[in-house]
Amino acid sequence: MNSTRPETWIILGATSSMARAFARKVAEAGATVILAGRDIDDMKRTAADCRARGADAAEVMKCDARRPETFAPLIARADRAPGTLNAAVFIGAMPAQTEIDTDPALLRSVVTDNFTGPAEFLQRLAPLLEERGAGTIVGVGSVAGDRGRIGNYVYGAAKAGFATHLSGLRNRLGRSGAHVLTVKPGFVDTAMTWGIEGMFLVASPEKIADDILKAVRRRRNILYTPFFWRYIMAIIRAIPEPIFKKLSV
Amino acid sequence: MNWKSETNTGWGRVLQAEESVARPERQPTLAATLGETPAPAAGLRRSYGDAPLNDGGRVIDMTRLDRILGFDPQSGVIEVEGGCTIGELARLFAPRGWLPAVMPGTGFATIAGCIANDVHGKNHHHMGSFGQHVKSITLIGSDGKPRVIGPRRSGALFRATVGGLGQTGVIASAKLQMIPCKGDVMMVTERRAENFEQFLELLDGSSATYTVGWIDATARGEALGRGILEEGETGSGLMPRPRKARRVPVNAPHFALSKPVVRLFNRAYFARVPAQGRTSVRRIGQFFFPLDRIHDWNRLYGRRGFHQFQCVVPIAAADTLREMIETIANSGLASPLAVLKRMGPGRGGMLSFPMEGYTLAVDFPNRPQARLLIARLEEMTATAGGRIYLAKDSLATGTRVKAMYEEHPAWSAEVAKADPAGHFTTDLVRRLDLRNPA
Repeated sequence: MNSTRPETWIILGATSSMARAFARKVAEAGATVILAGRDIDDMKRTAADCRARGADAAEVMKCDARRPETFAPLIARADRAPGTLNAAVFIGAMPAQTEIDTDPALLRSVVTDNFTGPAEFLQRLAPLLEERGAGTIVGVGSVAGDRGRIGNYVYGAAKAGFATHLSGLRNRLGRSGAHVLTVKPGFVDTAMTWGIEGMFLVASPEKIADDILKAVRRRRNILYTPFFWRYIMAIIRAIPEPIFKKLSV
Repeated sequence: MNWKSETNTGWGRVLQAEESVARPERQPTLAATLGETPAPAAGLRRSYGDAPLNDGGRVIDMTRLDRILGFDPQSGVIEVEGGCTIGELARLFAPRGWLPAVMPGTGFATIAGCIANDVHGKNHHHMGSFGQHVKSITLIGSDGKPRVIGPRRSGALFRATVGGLGQTGVIASAKLQMIPCKGDVMMVTERRAENFEQFLELLDGSSATYTVGWIDATARGEALGRGILEEGETGSGLMPRPRKARRVPVNAPHFALSKPVVRLFNRAYFARVPAQGRTSVRRIGQFFFPLDRIHDWNRLYGRRGFHQFQCVVPIAAADTLREMIETIANSGLASPLAVLKRMGPGRGGMLSFPMEGYTLAVDFPNRPQARLLIARLEEMTATAGGRIYLAKDSLATGTRVKAMYEEHPAWSAEVAKADPAGHFTTDLVRRLDLRNPA
């Protein structure tokens, strides 16, 4: 990422702290940053931050996972982006499972926010990367998608769906030279997890952003971050269902 | 807003507080939280005592509101959110020829914290204090409404906010005037001062942009007050990338900073610089924030924590200063961290620490004898017409502090107007009864 090889990063869900940390890092490397999300005022502040840190340019666009009509302008903008086109999707929402249990209709929005919304956007973006034969898509899922657990199985199911979609997209885009990275963060110190009981081994958003960028450079396929979550989840996945169904991990 | 229960301490780790902490990531969340439940703000908690604490109450953690909102490469004016750190600004802008006009001894201080304590740096004798380079502040009061204040507009409120320990409201963002620099490396000249008299001569005679003195607070007799004067100028050049910061993983045992260890360390540290002095090139962070590469260095003082005593005394009180250093040396309680500096008259607010004179800062492990010694040093400071620094304090009494800060009545009047209900009161303000004008 430098002036000789310009890059553009479209960052979806740009108001999240992980997205902010990631935007800062690509900005400092001189990329063009397009921040997309719902809170325009907040993203304008992050855009100013990116410019001050050395972004070639930083702009803000409306994007709402629940309103697919907001995707088209973003795709059109992406098509005019200078240099290698990349996208990182940080969209996500995690209402408490108990809330969803009380109001089952919430399931639809959880699936839209964490899976179908971002997936539809990427579905529309994919041809652009295929055409250019380059670029990376970063899809941020969650370790919660690796197994359905009593604590957050609707959120987990949506993230699992997204991970499967990313896997297929990787299979497709790899043929043209583009790449897809699936990111599965463990507990991250964000507004989403602030004050929730039972968090352990919590990582900073900066650490996650660092890991993602490294994985992008190395063209990794699936990134557990911090790395030990790969082993934690391997154990959790290995527990036989008859036992697992009685646990509340 | 989610509230999280935390046990927090100041940097000295002596005083602690059970707090309910919110950490907004967006400005509207901050404003809404303050509108509903006004509470004092905290940053990275680099004040040593209880300035960032609110035991049994609520606190707003500002560290996620840390963005740069605008930068003008022509004028060097920068606008940042309150949680942005001084080290981050130095890292980003020094290579482009700009530095914050005033930088404290740690890069982990937030901009809002620098304003609320009106911090000083190694260039105080030229540039004054941090608050003197603040062009405006966006302050959110207990009504949740942001309001822009500046040195001209709403001057009294501005001067009560600069150095005002967060009592007038929460500093959401601020506009700062940076100063030009040649680049992100430092030319550093180190010189030995063999004793106190020579040290003062060197300090008084220094015309360098940045000056700081390390003092061997264990040396006695002929060598009393010996130390090393460091003078720095910014320069341009290429330096290898810094090594990764290390972390002190556990509390050190109590003998880690015992008398013989400190004596030995200080002797070696002094002898490191050749008798004729030397000039070397350092990375900018290495010069300004020497301890930042050792994360959690406060753990070196063990579980009981430590106190830092920092005072400033007028130039005419050099004799008192000598007496203080003698008292400290004879006590054998000091740690290797001891700093002596010249200060100019510059101060930005009513409760600002600086005055023209000499400032002495010494760390002491938290022991009963050390607390007695600090009380004695405070008394000597008061008699000499000096001040102690509230950002470092965890032991003083209100009567003594108020007598040292002549503008305290004006400050408390302004604070009473800005926050009559006392929502922004912190442990330090309670302990020293600072809201009370008398």
